[in-house]
Amino acid sequence: MADAVTEFVLTPEQQDLRRAVRRFCAERLGEDTVRRLAESGTGHDPALWARLGGELGVLGLAVPEELGGAGGGLVDQAVVAEEFGAALVPGPVLGTVGLAVPALVALAGAGLDEDLLASLVEGARTAAFAVPDRGGRFDPALVTVTETGGALTGEVRHVVDGTADVLLVAARTGEEIGLFLTDGGERIPLSTLDRTRRQATVRFSATPARALAVGAGAEQAITAALRVGGALLAAEQVGGAQRMLDRTVAYAGTRLQFGRPIGSFQAVKHRCADMLVLVEHARSTAFHAAWALQDGTDDPDLAVAVAQATCSQAYQQVAQESVQLHGGIGFTWEHAAHLYLKRAVTDAALLGSAAEHRERIAQLVLDGASASGGVRVATG
Amino acid sequence: MDDRARVEKAAHEVVEEHDPRSVPVREFLAAWFAAGLTWVHFPEGLGGLGVSRGLQARANAILQGAGGPNPFFLNPIGHGMAAATVLEHGSRELAQELLPPLATGEHIWCQLFSEPGAGSDLAGLATSAVLDGDEWVVNGQKVWTSFAHRARYALLLARTDPDQPKHKGLTYFVLDMHAPGVETRPLRQMTGQAEFNEVYLTDARIPDTHRLGAVGNGWRVAMTTLMNERSAIGGSSSVRGAGAIADAVELWARYPQRHTPVLRDKLAALWTRAEAQRLTDERARRSATSGSPGPEGSIAKLVSAELNQHVYEFCMELIGPEATLYGDYTQRDAERNEDYRGPVQQRFLRSRANTIEGGTSEVLRNILGERILGLPGDLRADAGKPWKEVPRG
Repeated sequence: MADAVTEFVLTPEQQDLRRAVRRFCAERLGEDTVRRLAESGTGHDPALWARLGGELGVLGLAVPEELGGAGGGLVDQAVVAEEFGAALVPGPVLGTVGLAVPALVALAGAGLDEDLLASLVEGARTAAFAVPDRGGRFDPALVTVTETGGALTGEVRHVVDGTADVLLVAARTGEEIGLFLTDGGERIPLSTLDRTRRQATVRFSATPARALAVGAGAEQAITAALRVGGALLAAEQVGGAQRMLDRTVAYAGTRLQFGRPIGSFQAVKHRCADMLVLVEHARSTAFHAAWALQDGTDDPDLAVAVAQATCSQAYQQVAQESVQLHGGIGFTWEHAAHLYLKRAVTDAALLGSAAEHRERIAQLVLDGASASGGVRVATG
Repeated sequence: MDDRARVEKAAHEVVEEHDPRSVPVREFLAAWFAAGLTWVHFPEGLGGLGVSRGLQARANAILQGAGGPNPFFLNPIGHGMAAATVLEHGSRELAQELLPPLATGEHIWCQLFSEPGAGSDLAGLATSAVLDGDEWVVNGQKVWTSFAHRARYALLLARTDPDQPKHKGLTYFVLDMHAPGVETRPLRQMTGQAEFNEVYLTDARIPDTHRLGAVGNGWRVAMTTLMNERSAIGGSSSVRGAGAIADAVELWARYPQRHTPVLRDKLAALWTRAEAQRLTDERARRSATSGSPGPEGSIAKLVSAELNQHVYEFCMELIGPEATLYGDYTQRDAERNEDYRGPVQQRFLRSRANTIEGGTSEVLRNILGERILGLPGDLRADAGKPWKEVPRG
């Protein structure tokens, strides 16, 4: 367990990692590339993905070495997620890195196909997580796919990165829930608001699949994956929000109206200050969640709910403010603001909305509260 | 021995030799000062050990673990603002004279900055100080002064050159509140209480040896004080769910008959924001490499002030008809802790000052915009003009 004093302080290695990913994204994944991929058929470039996994080696930082990963911690992966968010990296970031890989790590030792995990970490293959969630948490009642005799039948909607090479699928098997692996099923791409983060509906009809875990083991792996996914998604939201804040401040400092930079007007400056507070809060909660999951220093459920409730709202609000403060240019297709706004809206809706996470927080901290403290109420 | 071990050893020695539960508080705090534990980052001999400010938390934890007093609450202006200002801008002799009784609470301190005509535009203040031999003669009116009637010393900002632009004509002094010409009157506020005072200065005299910093350099000195003030006001609790939000959660548990889904979501949002700010404070603390408070203090102050208000607005909505009642509007000295933390209706009224005192939220947003984000400053009608030519009113 890390010393509490070290939480929030990135190591020199983590700072190097951040710089390396930022440089790679600036050189290889600039806005032109992001736009080209966003308008392409699959929405991502397998060769670029393989470089992120191979050359840069940043797709499995929290995966133990014996499973083919870098043997680091979740905070390392969160640093990368933040940079990916800042650059709007297209491809199966959430499906593979955020959800499928953590699920497979949680299943380590339970009949896991280690070659699969290694190939996902290398970026040679991609995976998606066809498991329905309610507010970012697993609810067995939502599982409608069924498994009989090693084959899946049913449909899962809104599978992020659902055209990936392989799918991890939650399915009913007898009285229990199992987690299954398949490379089959019909994949029906959806037309998404954010073209850099694709989804598909997947349909199975007697599709062959292999059981990875059944019962408690499957549910634990699903819960672990949803928590890690929530923390990494929060870090991604921080990266996007910070980038939008930076661009907005730069614009407000140089755009002249009435003979002055618009950022000198308090009406603009104060909105930038509020964006700064949103980004700072988002960063604190996202990295606290990553540290809490990595080191077990806090209730993981609460830490992730606080991060998701905070970051979903922060990123969307910052992106919307960014459009407003850029004025007319911010509403154009040509300007990048809409790319971030669309990602912000998408991220806010995935793995639970801010409202759903607040509901979870209310369950955890309000429902059991006791009226024991000392605040008086004057009664006249 | 590393610094941390040094601090821990010194703290354990003091609490063992002077049991804070039996030794009189001033005597104990004098020993604490002598051991360099009052402000561990201060130099040795002046209440410190010359080590990182971050180690203060270790010393305080040992102090509290032994049942010791919280020196800050005994003398908030003294500890929160005066000590750092005297150390940074006073002579070593002055610091040796003033810091020991400040540290023990024997001398309470107050701050004479704001005036009826100078709030957010503090640098426009009008109280004058004129040199007469080796003394300064001070005239003017100060306002919003906590502890003035109990204070022995005040931090005073006064104008020594009205022909200079406003920031350049200011000088910073330590004023003896017992000097002739210093008159303190309570200032009643909307809660009915009188937490603050007005201070009238009529030919009050200050020896030149009680000047902090050079003549005309008062604004820069005041910045030391204000940065420390903002971090002291904004430094929220490091315990999850503590502070104002604890009041709201407790009332939530006490008023189940008034629960609605909308109120529930409001409270969850407030709790989440309080937690996000708590984590932000922690992050700022842990990543701080320098010893002095930085602009994060401005974020903490901005957020905690607005959050306090929203929390108490929520409480008033939650308690329904009881929000229309009040306890006692009799004018009282509100410095005693139980008064300050009175019933929730009073806390609501008191919270309205949070976004005004210690820097309005509007000024704080300017600071975040200009000093952290680097946005250009606003147009200033008084820029470069001699202070006496700037319109006032």
